[in-house]
Order: sequence, then C-alpha cells, then structure tokens
Amino acid sequence: MKRERIWMQFVLSILAIFTIAACSNDGSNKGVGVATDAAQRVYVAPGEKDEFYNFVSGGFSGQLAVYGIPSGRLFRVIPVFSVDPEKGYGFTEETKPMLNTSHGFVPWDDAHHTDLSQTGGVADGKWLFINGNNTPRIARIDLTDFRTKEIIEIPNSAGNHSSPFSTENSEYVVAGTRFTVPIPNADIPISEYAEKFKGALSFVKVDKTTGRMEIAFQLIVPGFDYDLARAGKGPSHDWMFMTCYNTERASTMKEINASQNDKDFILAINWKKCEELAAQGKGTIANVEYAHNVYNDETHTATSTIKKSVRVLTSDDIKEALYYIPTPKSPHGCDVDPTGELIVGGGKLATVIPVMSYSKMLKAIASGKSDKIIDGIRVLPYKDCLAGEVQRPGLGPLHTEFDGKGFAYTSMFVSSEIVKWSLKDFKVVDRIPTYYSIGHLSIPGGNSTKPWGKYVIAYNKMTKDRYLPTGPELTQSAQLYDISGEKMKLLLDFPTIGEPHYAVAMPAALIMKQSRKMYQLMENKHPYVTRKEADTKVVRNGNDVHVYMTSIRSHLSPDNIEGIRVGDKVYWHVTNLEQDWDVPHGFAVIGNNNSELLIMPGETCTLLWEPKKAGVFPFYCTDFCSALHQEMQGYARVSNGGSAPLTWNKK
Amino acid sequence: MAAGALALLGLFAFPMWSIWLEAPQYPKGSELGIFIHINTIEGSRPNDLDNINNLNHYIGMKRIEADAIPELKYMPIIVLVLVGLGLVVAGIGKRWLILVWLGLLIAAGALGMYDFWLWEYDYGHNLDPRAAIKIEGMSYQPPLFGSAQLLNFTAHSYPAIGFGFIVLGSVLAAAAWWLGRIPTKRVEHQRILP
Repeated sequence: MKRERIWMQFVLSILAIFTIAACSNDGSNKGVGVATDAAQRVYVAPGEKDEFYNFVSGGFSGQLAVYGIPSGRLFRVIPVFSVDPEKGYGFTEETKPMLNTSHGFVPWDDAHHTDLSQTGGVADGKWLFINGNNTPRIARIDLTDFRTKEIIEIPNSAGNHSSPFSTENSEYVVAGTRFTVPIPNADIPISEYAEKFKGALSFVKVDKTTGRMEIAFQLIVPGFDYDLARAGKGPSHDWMFMTCYNTERASTMKEINASQNDKDFILAINWKKCEELAAQGKGTIANVEYAHNVYNDETHTATSTIKKSVRVLTSDDIKEALYYIPTPKSPHGCDVDPTGELIVGGGKLATVIPVMSYSKMLKAIASGKSDKIIDGIRVLPYKDCLAGEVQRPGLGPLHTEFDGKGFAYTSMFVSSEIVKWSLKDFKVVDRIPTYYSIGHLSIPGGNSTKPWGKYVIAYNKMTKDRYLPTGPELTQSAQLYDISGEKMKLLLDFPTIGEPHYAVAMPAALIMKQSRKMYQLMENKHPYVTRKEADTKVVRNGNDVHVYMTSIRSHLSPDNIEGIRVGDKVYWHVTNLEQDWDVPHGFAVIGNNNSELLIMPGETCTLLWEPKKAGVFPFYCTDFCSALHQEMQGYARVSNGGSAPLTWNKK
Repeated sequence: MAAGALALLGLFAFPMWSIWLEAPQYPKGSELGIFIHINTIEGSRPNDLDNINNLNHYIGMKRIEADAIPELKYMPIIVLVLVGLGLVVAGIGKRWLILVWLGLLIAAGALGMYDFWLWEYDYGHNLDPRAAIKIEGMSYQPPLFGSAQLLNFTAHSYPAIGFGFIVLGSVLAAAAWWLGRIPTKRVEHQRILP
C-alpha cells in the first residue's frame, strides 16, 4: 500500500514536470515583457486612424515603406531607388531620369536611413530624406504626395552610409562614405589603400522653400570607414558628429583587420566653420561627374543633369574645424541627446556605451592637448571628452534614441535587447528582449529636440520562428514597445518590406492635413498633356508615334487606332481627366516590354511601346476605377510597313 | 420694411438651396454637393459639379450646366424687382402695401419651388435611351425637400443660407407691418428712411 503510494507520487511528479516544461516552452516563444493589454493598445478600430506615421527604410528593396503606429499596418511603399512596375516608376518616360547616375541607369539601391526635414530640431513635415548606399545618392520625398522628387548622386564617395542626417534647421544633409576610394578614382593597386584611399564627407545644402539639394562642399579626410552621423542641436548646432571604424586602414579581411584598435573615432565637424571657409574660397574645385535628378511637379516629368564639379576641402584647409574623439570600439551609431550636450557612441564590439560631452570637447579643444595628430587632424584625449560610460549595458550596442524624459534607449544587436538608461547617472534602468537581433530603433521624434516619447520601435535583423515560415527567406520585422511607463512593454510584432534600417515617425495630424488629393488638370504643364477629349489625337513624327490619350470613367479616348507600323516607337501619353479623390486610372498594352501606367487624377504619364509584329493589340485600364471598368479598353492596329495613314476615332 | 427688402440681396451672395449626394464611394465628409444660387449652380467644392455630371452619364442624365438653365437669368431680375418694390413700399409707408409685397414674395417663392420641382423632374426622367445603366421604372428625380435613395446615392435636398434671407426678408416685412399699428413708431420709421 505504501509502496503503491510512492509510485503514484512518482508518476504524478513526472507528469507535473512535463506539464510545467510544456507550458514554459510555449511561453518563451511569445516573448518576455508582453503587455497584458497589448491587443487593446495597438488596436485601431475599422475606420479609425493611427496616431503616427512611421517611415521605414526598405533596406535592400531600395524603397521607403509607410506604416501606421500603433497598428503596424503598411499603407504604402514609395519607390525611391528601385524601379516599381506597379507605379510605372523607372519605366515611364517621366520617371526614367530619376534613376540616372554617372554609371547610367541604375534600377536598384540599398536604402538605409531616413531623416525628416527639421525646423528648430523638430520635424516640420515637409520632406523626408533617404540615402542610397550602393551607388551613393540622397533622395528627397515630398510629404504632401509621398513621391520621390529629387535624387542627387554623391561623387568621390562609395557606400553612402553615414547619410542623410540633417542639421537642426535642415541647412544641410550629410553624406559620409563607408568605403574609402582613391580620390579621384583611379586604376591603382589595392595595396596602396593606406596611403592613397581617402574618405569624402559631403554637405548637401537644402533650399528652405523648394527643398532643392546641391552639394555645397566635400571634406576629404583620412581613409577610414565613416559609418553614421548626427548633427548637434542647441549649443552644438554648428557641429556634425560622425563615427568611423577601420582606423587600421585595412583593405582586406576587415572583419579581423579592422577590429584591432581598442578605440576608433567620432569625428566632430564644425560645419559652420567649413561653410565659412568654403565661402572664402578655400579648397579647390574638383572635376567629378554626378547626376542630379529633379522631378517637376508642373510637368509631372523628371530631368537628369550630369554635373561636373564640386568644391573639395582637404584637412589642411579646415584643420580648426575637424577633431577626432577616441571611441571604443568600432563604433556604429552616433546619437545626440535632445539638449545637444551628449553624444552617444555605439561601439559594436565595446563593453560599455561611451557618452561624450560637447562642452568638455570644447574645453579639450581649447586646452590644446591631443593624443596624436592624423593627417593634420587632432585626436583629443578620450577622458577629457567623456561625460560617462554606461557600464555592463549588454552586448553589441548600436543605436540610441531619446524619450525627452531623461532616458536613452540603446539597441543591442548581439544580446538582442533594448536597454533603457538614465542620462543623469548613465545607469541601466530597464532592459527588454527583441526577436531577434535588433539593428536600428526609433522613438517618434527620438532624434529631435522634442521627442514624442510614447513608443519605441525595434527594427530587427532576423525573425526565425516569429512568423509563419515562408521557405528559406523569411519576413523581416519590427516590434512596437510601450515606453510611457517605467518598464518597457512589448505590444506588437509587424512584418516589414526589404530589410528595415533606420526609420522615423511623427504625429499623423501634422502630415495628413497637408496630404494632396489630386493634381490640378488646369495646372498640368506636361508637354503632351490633353486637357479634354476633344483635343485627343495621334501624331506621327518619323518612326515616333505620339498618342495624346485621355482616360475618364469609363473610357479611353481614342480607343481605336490604326496606321501604326512594325518598328514604330509608340508613346502613349495618357492624361487622367478625373478631378475626383481616389480615382486613378491604369494603362497597359498586350506584350509590351515595359510596365503599366498608373495615372493619378490630373496627371499625364507616358508609356513607350515598340510593337514587333503586325496585328491588332488590345489595351485597357488596369485600375478598377468604376462599374464599367471592364469596358475601359481599346485596340491598336499594327501593320507591316505600308503607308496606311494614322486614323483614330474622334469624340 | 426697407431692411426686409434689402435682406433679399443676400441671395446674391449665398446659395438658396443645396443637394448633397452621399454614397459608399462618397462617404460623409467626402460627399458631393450642389449649391443652387439665384444666378448660378455650382459644386460645394471646385470639382463637385463636374464629378456629379461625370457620374450621371452612366444613367444618361443631362449635364447640369448653369448656362443651360434659363431660370438662372430670370431669377436675379425677379429678386431685384422685389427689392425695388420693397423699397418703394417702404417709401410710401402704406401698411397694406407691405402685405401685397409679402404676397408677391411668397408667390414668387412658391412658383420658384414649383419650377425647381419641374426642373428636377426633367433631369430625373428625361434620360438618354443609350445610357449604360437602365433600370425598369427607375427615375432619378432628387427630392424637393428631404432625402431619397437613388441607386447607390442618398440625395439630401434642403434649403441653404440664401433661403434664410428670404425668411428674414419676410419676417422683417411682417414686423414692419405689425409695428406700423402704432403711429409714433411709423413716424420714427419713416424718419430713418431717406
């Protein structure tokens, strides 16, 4: 009897252990620190709207994604550096010039960092800037119609990574090179890296009213890898801070060879002084080649101009404007707190988070002390610039954002967590896991002088088991955390396009009220606009055929065209006559080696078609615009040679 | 009395009637609106009337165009005549003339409403036989007053600000008639007028 009871208890305890094990296993996949009311906190009821816009870089998709926060819903993918056949971007005659570069047409890039135009260190909702890393470029997106309006290529640069961070009033956006190259680029042995390769840091001026960009000047600096940057604010307004690694100047196996020095640098740049020196005519005008592509709102057409010169300043010209601050170890992120006094370096391989003081840096500069001098640039003593170090923060600190309430939030790639620490005593106060391996993180306004510190969003590099599997290539993701209380709380996982790098967020109310509903047909100055059906026509000019077409619910005019010949280049200039909200029309032709058109109300878009065979070819509207959308179609007849005159049905 | 007559001039600045069209595709806040003035018809927003006309082609309704509606040329004259007569009545200062003027105003208003109904009837029934959407027995006459369902659209037809000036004019005239019972007031009243 007693033995029986012992065995019974044994069996029961085994069952209990397995039950506990099974439960805890189930729990660990959901994540630690999930808010108990998470569902309510992120639920945006049907018809209601999100509180914030979140503009998330698309990484290797080359595009920009727009999400709502707190719901994490994707509203739009804005094509920037990559072609997008859905919107005709990079396929229409109007947008092809946007992707022109000194290397010719480049249909793709790797977009890493977003930054909003600012006034007084706060996002003003006018424009968003985003970098192209692979073929160095900066793009400007207009936040009234969410379209890419300008792309400027950066010469002498390779790997436009520390970009496009904006100064406090968007006087400049910056473009520092991550891969140093010979300047000017030349056919020389790679073994001459240490002596011949240089870094180019470009300051791109932004026009206050039009947003137009121009490269004001370039600084030619020692050949390290310039990684990330932030402009100063308030007292440090005149400065730009930029991390760099590979101070070893290794050209091969950088994984090892660029990880030898105990400290690399944050480069402090007094851009105001550089601006003055450039204005005095310091430096030289270098012969370069770069594309400047501008989209004109009135003609709905982009033009690309190849520019040939840029002002370059070497470290000799601007000695008193550049200082290296030693920073442990291979620093990545470089973030300035809302007061402009503290500069946080994120040393990928460092065991602490170093926090530099702007006022101490000024004293160190005044003291005249330096550890050493590199190519004429003083290296200030580490301790003299240091405000403090965050001890035992975790592993792999990358980026820091601020909540405006005295706390900083640093992403830890290796230990896969967000660490919250105090800006007063540099003590860690909270930490929460991310799933998995967070890269950038973003608080709405978290890089500004006035953060809207309600949420922090993590942009992760891996998802592993977080979503339904989709073969070897899994979704990328972001995670939303509540930071309104003392403890961070996980609220939501949401998938993202490409690979998300930096992202910015701002209150929806500031952007939605200025959102454009349509383009004014009467203001359309496209050279091939057709403002009314009576003006539709087809014109032959040698082998070029121009179709002046209109679309309105539910017909295309003209919709029967004859007299096109094999070998012709047919340009379909389609004007959407609608002046109503949310009524785009599409246009596509069978067998066209090209994309569709997606034409917004009041806009004109041009699709090139080069028919290769005789026959009758249907075309149609691709956007389900109305009840009789299916009827919105027509025919083009293509003949083999001959001299049949062009005919079309007139309205 | 003169103020009552002059109040009618408000009709030159504000629409007297409005028709709002709501549909799943044009929800509240984005609905299409028509404002009927004495001298023109326009959309509540710059493109509304064009958009309504574009949609109406599916059911074969004529385009609503101010130039094609002769009433919009007569109505301003009628209103001006009423204003002029009102001022004359005020000048003469005979009480019974006020009642005559009020009678004229009400008669003009009633005729106007009848004409408006006829106009709505014409647009709602006189449809292009080749229209894409044809529904047996269906007509598209908007209501004279109130709301009605026309296919996917709900049409709301109500007086607008300008109509308020007709009411104001009538009330002021009626008040002038009422106050005119007391002789001292009338003297004062006449003195104010040039």
